[in-house]
Amino acid sequence: MEKFVQLDHVDVKFSTKKGVYHALKDINLSINQGQFFTLIGHSGCGKSTLLNIIAGLQDATEGAALCEGREIKGPGPERAVVFQNHSLLPWLTCYENIYLGVERVFGAKEPKAQLKKRTLETLDLVGLSHAEHKRPNEISGGMKQRVGIARALAMQPKVLLMDEPFGALDALTRAHLQDELMKIVAATNSTVVMVTHDVDEAVLLSDRIVMLTNGPAATIGEILTVDLAKPRDRLALANDPHYHHLRSQVLAFLYQRQMRPAAAA
Amino acid sequence: MSAVYGTLASQPNTEAVNVPPTQSESVKTKMNIPKSALQEKLADGFRWFIPPVLGIMAFIALWALIAQSTDNLPGPLPTWESAKVLFADPFYNKGPNDQGIGWNILYSLYRVGIGFGLAALIGIPLGFMIGRFKFLAAMTAPIISILRPVSPLAWLPIGLLVLHKAEPASIWVIYISSIWPMILNTAVGVRQVPQDYLNVARVLNLSEWKVFTRILFPAVLPHVLTGVRLAIGIAWLVIVAAEMLTGGVGIGFWVWDEWNNLNVEHIIIAIFVVGIIGLLLEQGLIWIAKRFSYE
Ligand SMILES: Nc1ncnc2c1ncn2[C@@H]1O[C@H](COP(=O)(O)OP(=O)(O)OP(=O)(O)O)[C@@H](O)[C@H]1O
Ligand SMILES: [Mg+2]
Repeated sequence: MEKFVQLDHVDVKFSTKKGVYHALKDINLSINQGQFFTLIGHSGCGKSTLLNIIAGLQDATEGAALCEGREIKGPGPERAVVFQNHSLLPWLTCYENIYLGVERVFGAKEPKAQLKKRTLETLDLVGLSHAEHKRPNEISGGMKQRVGIARALAMQPKVLLMDEPFGALDALTRAHLQDELMKIVAATNSTVVMVTHDVDEAVLLSDRIVMLTNGPAATIGEILTVDLAKPRDRLALANDPHYHHLRSQVLAFLYQRQMRPAAAA
Repeated sequence: MSAVYGTLASQPNTEAVNVPPTQSESVKTKMNIPKSALQEKLADGFRWFIPPVLGIMAFIALWALIAQSTDNLPGPLPTWESAKVLFADPFYNKGPNDQGIGWNILYSLYRVGIGFGLAALIGIPLGFMIGRFKFLAAMTAPIISILRPVSPLAWLPIGLLVLHKAEPASIWVIYISSIWPMILNTAVGVRQVPQDYLNVARVLNLSEWKVFTRILFPAVLPHVLTGVRLAIGIAWLVIVAAEMLTGGVGIGFWVWDEWNNLNVEHIIIAIFVVGIIGLLLEQGLIWIAKRFSYE
């Protein structure tokens, strides 16, 4: 397997009005092609910051961040991001939102008809063909999030980065989208890094769960390998002792070893 | 309102919803009287129609009362008669000092159009740049904050001095007084473009042109239109005063002229005309703003 994303002794420090805030410390991470990583940890520990480093939206203060052996300098469409709040452009239709990325990535080498086809296919992939001409404010929260995922997928990124993509959704919609995501990821063999604070979601979706310690100077406390067979079925897993064992390991990390900071409790 | 009642009524147990008893009572009575769609519409129309009409009638009555108790203020009826004569032939032309009210209105609109148009042409791009570049914002901040509160007419002597003629001077006054809201609102709009949208642009690696056309411009447009609306309001306020001072054909000078002739009916008509045109300008822009807003 190929090493795809590599973080080498990465430190992140923010200069704030109150002085320097040491957010992440000595992060070492290596992600292979086709792997599904989740980042989990208490609120404010630095999950988004870590994801943004891979995305290139945030620079590491020290250390090296590499993608395909090259240093990550700024964001780019090969590392597509699904934002926490979907961030669809409200003045564009669902189709146009997705087309914007497609045009950027494939516009130089493909004719317009092909770009159109790609956009429609991705809309179909997330089951939103009927919402093609709708604006984001005309569709539900779950649909928006699916368009956000479609926008990222349509660019055929080498890594798909997702910051709590289902955080704002109700449990039913969330389960539904998790199932869809599993199918899409299996079909496209995508490499995924996803931030979550939902333990079940992490165990259900991941190959590896990266558990972050509390900040300041948060670092990787433990990386758990989830060796459940794929494809996974949430109902079958409910009675799987190994699933519960993995789940309790994450819970133990979060609630025994990394108790919520007193201020946040 | 009816939509609220609708959703409440469609729920099987209204009691479970935490409504104060009086309100749930009124919900029930509302439910018991089925209303046809037509009736509902008529009632809506009356609710929308009656209060303004009442207000206007009260205003006219008050005006008539005041007119009766003073001996030189014309009442509504003589004014109406005079307006009928005036608007029977709005576009006559008997030399530079005696033209129909239509010409006067058009000349004023023309001056506002030029001055305001120039202000938009310069103010909106300038606002974009001030919003985008902190350095430019810091550079222009002191000048803008000093010049913005200056009363529009204070600019008239400068205009007369530099431009020599009355016509361009009044356009200059419109220009300088309507440019500030457009600069400031555009700049604020650019500064308020959510970071998320700009992050989208960065991840998609959009070209500067695409960033502008797909993200900055649509995101800022509502702010720009607010600026434009404020500006046109100011421009129309100022033109009447500027024309009073500069003379020529225009609604402002016309008012002044009628004052010299002591034709008070015409002054009152002019006040209404100015008000109605200002209202139309503003409503037109609100309509445009609504068409362009994506919310
Ligand atoms: N631009 C910034 N400037 C200063 N401090 C920052 C900045 N961005 C993040 N931080 C700080 O770094 C820490 C980590 O932030 P981050 O957003 O990565 O947390 P998170 O784990 O994603 O939290 P959450 O689960 O609430 O989204 C926080 O304490 C935050 O206050
Ligand atoms: Mg976060």
